[in-house]
Amino acid sequence: MSMVPTLLSVQGLSKSYGGVHAVRNVSFDLRAGEILALIGPNGAGKSTCFDMLNGQNTPDSGRINLLGEDTVGRKPRAIWRLGVGRTFQITATFATMTVRENVQVALVSYGRQLFNLWSSTAAYAREEAGRLLDLVGMGAYAERPCGELAYGDLKRLELAIALANQPRLLLMDEPTAGMAPRERIELMRLTAQIAREKSIGVLFTEHDMDVVFEHADRILVLNRGSLIAEGSPEQVRGNPQVRAIYLGEGLVYDARHREGAGA
Amino acid sequence: MAFYVVQFLTGLASAASLFLVASGLSIIFGVTRIVNFAHGAFYMLGAYVAFTLTERFSGAIGFWGGVVAAALIVAAVGVLVEMVLLRRIYHAPELFQLLATFGLTLMVEDLVVLIWGPSDLLGRRAPGFKGAVDFFGQNIPSYDLFLIAISPIVLGGLWLLFQRTRWGVLVRAATQDRDMVAALGVNQKWLFTSVFALGVFLAALGGALQIPRDAVHHALDLRIIVDVFVVVVIGGLGSIIGAFVAAVLVSELNAFGILIFPKISIILVFLVMAVVLIVRPWGLFGKPEAAARRTPGLTVNPWRPLTSGERLASLVALIVAAALPLVAGNYALTVASEIAIFVIFAASLHFLMSVGGLASFGHAAYFGLGAYGVAFLAKLAGLPMIVSLLLGPLLGLLGAAVFGFFAVQLSGVYFAMLTLAFAQIVWSIAFQWVAVTGGDNGILGVWPEKWAAGPASFYWLSLGIAALAVAVLRVIVFSPFGFALRATRDSPLRSEAIGINGKRVQWTAFVIAGTVAGVAGALFAYLKGSVFPDSLGISLSVDALVMVLLGGVETVSGAVVGAIVYKALNIWLVSQTDLSKLVLGGFIVLIVVVFPKGIVGMLETIRNRRRTPASKPAILTAGIETAE
Repeated sequence: MSMVPTLLSVQGLSKSYGGVHAVRNVSFDLRAGEILALIGPNGAGKSTCFDMLNGQNTPDSGRINLLGEDTVGRKPRAIWRLGVGRTFQITATFATMTVRENVQVALVSYGRQLFNLWSSTAAYAREEAGRLLDLVGMGAYAERPCGELAYGDLKRLELAIALANQPRLLLMDEPTAGMAPRERIELMRLTAQIAREKSIGVLFTEHDMDVVFEHADRILVLNRGSLIAEGSPEQVRGNPQVRAIYLGEGLVYDARHREGAGA
Repeated sequence: MAFYVVQFLTGLASAASLFLVASGLSIIFGVTRIVNFAHGAFYMLGAYVAFTLTERFSGAIGFWGGVVAAALIVAAVGVLVEMVLLRRIYHAPELFQLLATFGLTLMVEDLVVLIWGPSDLLGRRAPGFKGAVDFFGQNIPSYDLFLIAISPIVLGGLWLLFQRTRWGVLVRAATQDRDMVAALGVNQKWLFTSVFALGVFLAALGGALQIPRDAVHHALDLRIIVDVFVVVVIGGLGSIIGAFVAAVLVSELNAFGILIFPKISIILVFLVMAVVLIVRPWGLFGKPEAAARRTPGLTVNPWRPLTSGERLASLVALIVAAALPLVAGNYALTVASEIAIFVIFAASLHFLMSVGGLASFGHAAYFGLGAYGVAFLAKLAGLPMIVSLLLGPLLGLLGAAVFGFFAVQLSGVYFAMLTLAFAQIVWSIAFQWVAVTGGDNGILGVWPEKWAAGPASFYWLSLGIAALAVAVLRVIVFSPFGFALRATRDSPLRSEAIGINGKRVQWTAFVIAGTVAGVAGALFAYLKGSVFPDSLGISLSVDALVMVLLGGVETVSGAVVGAIVYKALNIWLVSQTDLSKLVLGGFIVLIVVVFPKGIVGMLETIRNRRRTPASKPAILTAGIETAE
């Protein structure tokens, strides 16, 4: 493992609002090609943590080293330029454009053509956009208006947009929220497959433990702003404190595991 | 020293009306999310009605009763307006709400003249406050002292109302989350109506209380509304205490600005506003609103470049237009030139509004700057026409670069208010800096050179530049920059997350739109042979807004059609009636309520419906879900 470069290194990250410690002294690393889940009950500080990583929020203290650069205080767009793709809990796409155009805009930005007033966007990186859409299984929808898409398809479109800058790291905030169970598994399978092929690191928050335990290489558990556990899915599942606080004592996950092994 | 104290007190007295109107605007905005442009009109109406009542009923009871009764009567008018008009547009995009209430303002302006006549009316002095108080040798009108006491009393009253009554609790709850209040079973309709009535009452009271101090005239509405916009932008829209502090601040700046920097007294307030906006874009006492997710508007059809058939049709239309001098006389050609110029102007605003999602309420500033630019170059520097036409619009570019930088820091209604305020500064400068601009007399004798002097040649020149401008703007719409601009409009969150610097993109768009507007203004100066402050005025800004809306705000080039139809209609209307503002205002209200997609938007909808008969409703719902 030591040969694989560290993409993201977080040290002593803290943020408080008034007297409430939303995030308290959180540290972790993420390596290329690794899929890391950040889980915890509501209010644990997952979103605050996430917002600080992608520049929407500034930590009170702590360091974030992203791809060798200190990113504390940088804007989201600057962090994107470092090679970070981002998807949102509630999808954010361009509703008045076609699916292909959505991806083309990201490619325009990646190619630093944002202030090009003259050439035609329709012709810009058309094939590249098509390839990205094919990759997420949206190739057939390329010319559809984005506003027409079903929610699951919007999530896949977001993934295609997030891949446009050839990211080294994907930040996905509840990637499967609001999706049907079957779609959830498919989307995460797709994400995991792409991540491993391209050696992209993935950090995601998620409430669906099926998704987490099936795809995460490693899991971080947050509670009341602090990291209370860290480890492989097996380690985290067996951790009594995590069970007490978040997972509960049911047999659901073990049952699933058996089912998976049998199949 | 005593002099400065008196000046300070005068400032405080002026703050009273400003606070009353601004707090009313803030309360209405807090609950209904409507920025009521007609608030200035209600203020003016309050003054007129109070004038009539206090003239008719003499004595102390007549006066004070008249003032309160005037406010109540105008509040009743407000209730009527709310029930008939606003209830239909609560869910419309904010631009439409601003425009509808602006249309209302225009109507009131003409109605007021119709009822009370065009001349200034001097009101009665307030009984009991006729004299002046001596303060170390300086006189302070005792009515000023009364006004100084009014603001804290009203502020306290509003505080009690909102903190101690059931109604007040509902209003505060609705200000935070009106959907939740509705879900709890509160009758929202009447809550909104009563809030609107209170807001209008405050505005009308502000107007009625001004009559002993100030003449009543039919331009009061725009004068106060610009000041009020400045107050709520500084204080924070929705905050009553903010309205109070900012009203005092603005009034004191005006009072002392005249003493300390007489030349730049107007600009001083706007400088302060600019500083506040940079430091706290949501105002001193406002709350930063969560990044608003944009509603997709009325349709979600992606734009397409013209097909080759459509291109051919446009070319044919252009050729037909170019053949006009074969059949039309001189007057018709002059009108046609003017229409062509307004096509350029409307197209420039359309670019900013439709592509950028930035509804400027002061776009005439850049039109006028282009016109003045040409006048300076041609008259003062004596440059040839071609050079003036090329360089004149640069003044529009410069203005757009400076003001646009501040304006794009904001969005939505704040953006609209700020652009309006900026346009008013430019207008004031043109109006007051007589030595350079000639003030109200304008700059005369800006005639085209021989090659462009004939009506036909000038028409061809205007038509050619209009075609070029529209074509260039279309190219930009479909360029990478155009997509970046639309991306910023559609989803600020996503565009930032793919590396787009939204503010810089919008600023660039603002400068482009301002420059093109400057080109239109430059031609306009030559068409009229003169330049007046009117070329920078609010009514011209609104003309442009209506043209865009009429053509269809969600189309690529609807403004072209909108400009042609509107300008032709307008010129015809002015020749037919004296009440053009009334008709125009009614027209605007009608478009917003009945016809929100505009002419070209309607045509596109019909065409699309033919193509895909069944899928339309599904498209709309999906689009709205995405935006929630």
